Amino acid sequence: MDLLLSMIFKDAFWFAVIRSTTPILFATLGAVVASRAGAINIGIEGTMLTGALMGVIFSAYTQNVWIGLLAAVLSGILVSMLLGYFALKLRTNIVLTGIAINILAAGGTVFLLAELTGDKGISTSLNSLVLPNVNIPIINSIPVIGNILSGHNILTYVAILCIILMHILFNNMSLGLRIKAVGESPEAAESVGIDVFRIKFIALIISGIFAALGGAFLSMGYVSWFSSGMTAGRGFIALAARAIAGNTSLGSLFASFLFGFADTLSNYLQEFSIPVEFIHMTPYLVTIIGFIVISIINDKKELERKKKQMN
Amino acid sequence: MSEILKMDKITKIYPGGVVANYQVDFSLQEGEIHALVGENGAGKSTLMKILFGMQKQTEGKIYLRGKEINMNSSQDALELGIGMVHQHFMLVPSLTVAENIVLGHEIKKGIFLDKTRAIEATKELSEKYNLPINPKNKVQDISVSQKQKVEILKALYRGAKILILDEPTAVLTPQEIEELFEQLMLLKKSGHTIIFISHKLHEIKKLCDRLTIMRDGLSVGVHNVNEVSEDDISRLMVGRDVKLEIDKAKAQPKEVLLRVDGINYINDFGKAVVKNVSFSVRKGEIVGIAGVEGNGQSEIIEIITGLKKATKGKVLVHGKEISNLSVREIRELGMAHIPEDRMHTGIAPNMSIEENFISEKYRSEEFSKNGYLLDNKKISDLAKRLIRKFNVKTDSEKTAVKGLSGGNIQKVVVGREFSSDTDLLIVNQPTRGIDVGAIEFIRKMIVKMRDEGNAILLVSADLNEVMTLSDSLIVMNSGEIVGYFPDASKVMEKELGLYMLGVNKQSEEEIRRAVNE
Repeated sequence: MDLLLSMIFKDAFWFAVIRSTTPILFATLGAVVASRAGAINIGIEGTMLTGALMGVIFSAYTQNVWIGLLAAVLSGILVSMLLGYFALKLRTNIVLTGIAINILAAGGTVFLLAELTGDKGISTSLNSLVLPNVNIPIINSIPVIGNILSGHNILTYVAILCIILMHILFNNMSLGLRIKAVGESPEAAESVGIDVFRIKFIALIISGIFAALGGAFLSMGYVSWFSSGMTAGRGFIALAARAIAGNTSLGSLFASFLFGFADTLSNYLQEFSIPVEFIHMTPYLVTIIGFIVISIINDKKELERKKKQMN
Repeated sequence: MSEILKMDKITKIYPGGVVANYQVDFSLQEGEIHALVGENGAGKSTLMKILFGMQKQTEGKIYLRGKEINMNSSQDALELGIGMVHQHFMLVPSLTVAENIVLGHEIKKGIFLDKTRAIEATKELSEKYNLPINPKNKVQDISVSQKQKVEILKALYRGAKILILDEPTAVLTPQEIEELFEQLMLLKKSGHTIIFISHKLHEIKKLCDRLTIMRDGLSVGVHNVNEVSEDDISRLMVGRDVKLEIDKAKAQPKEVLLRVDGINYINDFGKAVVKNVSFSVRKGEIVGIAGVEGNGQSEIIEIITGLKKATKGKVLVHGKEISNLSVREIRELGMAHIPEDRMHTGIAPNMSIEENFISEKYRSEEFSKNGYLLDNKKISDLAKRLIRKFNVKTDSEKTAVKGLSGGNIQKVVVGREFSSDTDLLIVNQPTRGIDVGAIEFIRKMIVKMRDEGNAILLVSADLNEVMTLSDSLIVMNSGEIVGYFPDASKVMEKELGLYMLGVNKQSEEEIRRAVNE
């Protein structure tokens, strides 16, 4: 126990927490945007995986890390457009279509990887690049805090920026207002002349960009290679994080942070004589507990609201 | 006054071949309040959907200020200055009033929303048209009548000069209706033209200048409101004489079937909504409960029918305590229930008429062989019989109930409940929001059930209904009985109103008479 506490109180632990939070945060933001528009994006896991692979392939072949990142983002847009085309245009069930996209991505990425490298498991034979880490001046020089907050991968800071952008989108921009309206009551939105299909499609594309950024972080920052199934359910955890976040951008940060913490803790716990299967369970256990807690809180809030309305 | 709008020989044939409108002429004078009346299914909604651009006419032309107009969406209609307040509000609950009003036409500052100006614009409009509302409140936190104001403001914000109001009073209390009428008169004064769709003839008499009557997809006449009586209007609507007055003999009450003994109910928010209520209902009489909605009537009915448990007190059916019985067991004691909200608790909307008819009978020997396999032949025979007997307008007993009009759905509910083997009927808002033809039919059925010896408890927000249909009357105010009238025919509406509002209250002894001991 003492050993554990001494680990937790080290800078390195909290640095790792932020690192683990980043991909989940991206995915959660993606889940929030889609769900706000009433288009649940189950395909986030698959979109992340695709983004992760594309980043590796394009950065390896062009030897330009930014082209790799761009390719990842474009692949995210394409996958989401595919989901949008089937679910919104052809009116298939969006949940089933999302599941199909996940399965497609799980198989498709391995297929492509094997075609290019002959290896079905890992991309180490490709000389892919890694996005740079950034040292933030001033904060950099503060003891402890500097060690925790500075020196992260550039995408970690982009993720923080995205939270702010999301907040602005939903609170200060007409697109955000329309996304909220479309998600909550499509008839009302339609009756004032809003193109419901278009807004949902745009929301899905934004969602895909976020998911792909999360994937790119995994293969071009967190580690420097692609491996099959490397997202390890982060796209699904994001769906849970979205529910816990209650669809707000700040909530997304907290919920993702919770999972980042659980993820890091499970890595650290491997040092102890606890069964490794149990340790791997931690992030998912946190998901369920978080879910229960948030439902109880929401029920209470709803009751309060009704009470207020009655008086 | 000049003609602002003219719909010329409008015909609408739906893809299925149903003719909803045939050669309908409809004309509006600028600055009038024009009523559009007709039974459910007469074609009013279709005509208004065409006028609001939601549907396209098969034939016919629409002229606005003499110029022909062509609309492909509601957006087009809004741009031409035609606005509509739907019966089911088109609002986004989690957004604020101001956000709802500007939605789709957002005021911007650069690429950002200008929230301050949206709030100001809402305030300005609300003051100008005397529709008081707080722009910063979330729509989910405001009352129904305020939501309606938001809808009207929304249309005005978009520059509507012609306002279509689809049964706006159906969801309002009498006081709110008064208020709405004042506001509509103000809108009229400021040059707006209003189309008012309603079933309530006295409202039309009070508010409107002219009216167009529709029947079976045709326009059967345009009149000045002050030149026709309510009887004339209903005759034209239905195509025959309608008697909304009820012919009934004096009640011959026998033994007590339902006894409610000192029930109290405290709701989830800790508020006492039913306080020490006692009364009884005897065989062969109709006991009415009058009161402004939300004064405990709904809760009393829910307790009697087993949907809620009383916090204190007893309910006895045939002398048997029911508080620990399930709804099914209570029904087996001989109770039938026509619930207040037919779409929600009265029917299963996606299921067929016949399935809804047997939803409380399917277990019986008659319809299920060996208790497991349903006898479809017998079920559809019963359905056909009930459709005929209760005059349900439909092509087939296999049609999904949600496809019927409100009046016909209610007939399905009434048909099911009145055909089960019962002697105690709990009837809540039996004729709310349905057309006069169906109202007349259902009221007659209720009286007939009484004459056949059933005990009937009636709750209705329609004062006229509860006064004419009931034999004796209970008046509720804030959860308690404030008056009991053994002979409903001797009560004056004004007097009743004073009790309903809680101005008058009878003595303990007088109220105690409701128990019939």
